[in-house]
Amino acid sequence: MSEHVNALDVIDLTAGYGRIQVLHGVSFSVPVGTIVALLGPNGAGKTTTLNCIAGLIDPMGGHVHIGGHHLNGAAPDRLARAGLCTIPEGRGIFPNLTVAENIDLFAFAAQASPKEIQERAFSQFPRLAERRTQLAGKLSGGEQQMLAMARALSSDPALLLLDELSMGLAPKIVEDLYEIVGEIGRSGVSVLVVEQFARRALAVAQLGIVMVQGRVTALGEPADIEGELSAAYLGGAA
Amino acid sequence: MSSFVSFTIIGIVLGSTYAIAASGLVLTYATSNVFNFAHGAVGMVMTFLYWELYVHQGWPVWFVLPFILLIVAPAFGLVMELLIMRRLTTANTTTQLGVTVGLMVALIGAGQLIWKPGGRRVDAFFNGSKVSFGVVNVTAQQFITLGLALAVALGLYVLLNRTRIGTAMRAVVDNRELLALHGARPNVLSGLAWALGSSLAALTGILLAPQLNFDHTTLTFLVVSAYAGAMVGRLKSLPLTFVGAIALGLLTEYGQWLYTELPTSWITDSEGVIYGLKNSLPTIFLLGVMLVLPQEKLRVGRVTGTKLPRIPSWRTTMLWSAALLGGSYLLTGAMGEANNARFGQTMCLPLIMLSLVLLVGYGGDVSLCQLSFVGVGALVVARGFDIPFTGLGFHSQISPLSIVTAFLLTAVVGAIVALPALRLRGLYIGLGTLAIAGAMDRSVFESGLVGFGAQGSTIQVTRPSWLSTERSFALAVVVAFVVTAWIILAIRRSKYGRILLATRDSQAACATLGFSTTMTRVAVFAMSAGLAGVAGVFFAGMSVTPGTLNFYFFQNLPLLLFAIVFGVTSVTGVLTGGFVYGCITSTFIVGQHPDLVGLAYIVVLVMLRLLVNNPNGLVGLLFDQSRRIMSRPDAVSAPPGSAAAREPYPATAGLGLEAPVGSA
Ligand SMILES: Nc1ncnc2c1ncn2[C@@H]1O[C@H](COP(=O)(O)OP(=O)(O)OP(=O)(O)O)[C@@H](O)[C@H]1O
Ligand SMILES: [Mg+2]
Repeated sequence: MSEHVNALDVIDLTAGYGRIQVLHGVSFSVPVGTIVALLGPNGAGKTTTLNCIAGLIDPMGGHVHIGGHHLNGAAPDRLARAGLCTIPEGRGIFPNLTVAENIDLFAFAAQASPKEIQERAFSQFPRLAERRTQLAGKLSGGEQQMLAMARALSSDPALLLLDELSMGLAPKIVEDLYEIVGEIGRSGVSVLVVEQFARRALAVAQLGIVMVQGRVTALGEPADIEGELSAAYLGGAA
Repeated sequence: MSSFVSFTIIGIVLGSTYAIAASGLVLTYATSNVFNFAHGAVGMVMTFLYWELYVHQGWPVWFVLPFILLIVAPAFGLVMELLIMRRLTTANTTTQLGVTVGLMVALIGAGQLIWKPGGRRVDAFFNGSKVSFGVVNVTAQQFITLGLALAVALGLYVLLNRTRIGTAMRAVVDNRELLALHGARPNVLSGLAWALGSSLAALTGILLAPQLNFDHTTLTFLVVSAYAGAMVGRLKSLPLTFVGAIALGLLTEYGQWLYTELPTSWITDSEGVIYGLKNSLPTIFLLGVMLVLPQEKLRVGRVTGTKLPRIPSWRTTMLWSAALLGGSYLLTGAMGEANNARFGQTMCLPLIMLSLVLLVGYGGDVSLCQLSFVGVGALVVARGFDIPFTGLGFHSQISPLSIVTAFLLTAVVGAIVALPALRLRGLYIGLGTLAIAGAMDRSVFESGLVGFGAQGSTIQVTRPSWLSTERSFALAVVVAFVVTAWIILAIRRSKYGRILLATRDSQAACATLGFSTTMTRVAVFAMSAGLAGVAGVFFAGMSVTPGTLNFYFFQNLPLLLFAIVFGVTSVTGVLTGGFVYGCITSTFIVGQHPDLVGLAYIVVLVMLRLLVNNPNGLVGLLFDQSRRIMSRPDAVSAPPGSAAAREPYPATAGLGLEAPVGSA
């Protein structure tokens, strides 16, 4: 892989729902092997951006390149098999399947064998092993997020998209989950993580992007975007 | 004793065929959330195709069977999934019901068009050769059926619970997008499920064919019995479905056995009641299963907030009423008596459908036994009634007294039906009411004791002397329509109407606001049934000889279908829908009218294109269009993108406080 190719390039992306435009020309890149935090207040369009990249929403305009390939309009399942792992907002699990069945489904996109996938998931999260026959919907919020994260760990993605890991979880659990994000990043995976709690995400990220009302207002190393960040959250930049 | 053993074997075999049909239903429901009312119709078409190729064209059976089961039926399932079912996964229950019922009607129509009704038979496999086990003989066909049922049950169980594809099939229905993010192809998975389901429907039909009189509706509706088996498994569990289906098969055959063992005097004395009960055992079983099912939880957070058509002002209502009455007066004056009779019968359908506006349109419930309420109304007039202690009564006469009595009695029946049905919601209430209609057919209408008499019987009713001509009675039907429409609009305008709409939108929200949704729903059911009963009186008067065939439970399906397609949320919608349906079949018997086919096709296609996101039907769409054209300035005041333009305001917004929702 050439060093000049980014894991992800988003160029002048516009998108919306029906006639309502939500993204007004969003551009940023995720260099290979880095963790990038996409930050911003509620309704800024972070989830919309992620869904465009994952192929769940067709953008109105602009381009998405993953690993240098132009991938506008590709189906989400194709992207997933090509090495894009997306953990969506809310819990990315199937509540009516058991923990083991959820893990079994990881095999659709992963290169590793089903057995290997299961071993990796259970060794990283021993708590899931204890509850393997339980319905995933009956797990606690933290355990559900672990199960969702287990997919990222077991499928060796080229690019990992994470949306609001911390939603509704206790600080201690969020801490643990971000430790794992850091580990994944150190293993060479490029990560784009969307977060409301900027501090937590910036602690593991090498780069940060601030987004307000569908536009990128700041982009840079964590220290450089502090100012824009507080402005965004105080509503000053709106 | 030997007869008991024989009936046991026949029961188990019958149950096995039910099990195959039911597991097909469960499979498609579990993977797409769509309950396919057309499941039996698919089996019917495939069975006719089997007859065509094997019996008629004389192709070898070893080729025909795999050809249909492995190629034609799965291909049909795939096409169904691609064109129809995929769009229905997220639609509301009424739309799902309407579309799959539409498909069923279209398939029956197509079947009748291609294969004209008439004597057909298919021989049992291996020419009915038997193996003797002492007291009983078991045919090769029975062995094969049993073996196939076990194989299907086992195969499906392994597929769904032991393979990754099966796990993914169950996951599709939970969250299609998330499954795609996992890298699985959701469309391929649901296509596979529908292909399999369709193949199982075909297998059921082909296995049942030798034992049946081979006709379109019998084959289609045998699967109604399979619904009961699927319900035992709560549309989810395959093993329970299998148990339920076998239990049902045994119950049916033991009923038959008991019937043959009973003293004949009992049976004649009961005037058809025992016979009717025996024949409605499957539907009674279905009803029983629905009643013991754990109550469905209120769905929270799924507020639909359907915007209903605007209520017309009193002035508009008045104008339209006058136009309808005047038009009918002129029309009937210009036509002969024979055509006036047809016109009157046609107008009975809008009158009947009006009762659905209240229940389905405003209340958001589903009823597939409305025609049975109409039948009860007709029955009340036909049988007559003495009101105790007053000396008042009537015998087979249309009169104000018979109208009031029919209203009250049918309303009571409606309330009684509502009580068990109330525990249910959506799909289950549809199935429950259909089961009630089926049971009423056999044990009420066809009994000599309280009904019209054995299947096909009619009772003559007399009109009052001043309404004796066809023209005058047809006009009376139109007047009844106008009066009922006014009553319904008055209800809609009242505070009660707003509570009703609120219940429809969110039961959970209403419960938190302290409304008793139960009382509201019982009242709506009773009122709607009462109105249907009154329509029944007019129907009886119009046809003069109402009978069992007029209220055959199957006709509930097209009735609801046409109401939904044209717009069950407005009076104009049911007037058009009823009129169109009435024109197609002024004798009510859908099965005899191949002309229905073409129309049913169009109906289904139009519905798919337009109605999935538009519960107000064709007429509702027209309303929207005309308003858009007529009120440009209005549209400017709510620019696209503003909350007002985006959000169809839920009816809860106007709860008993300010102006009624969408009032003029
Ligand atoms: N399915 C949808 N239909 C219509 N509008 C939507 C939809 N999803 C999101 N929006 C709108 O798009 C805008 C951006 O939403 P998005 O979910 O991308 O924001 P977000 O940055 O992820 O916010 P949060 O931090 O709350 O998750 C919001 O104004 C939202 O109302
Ligand atoms: Mg979001």
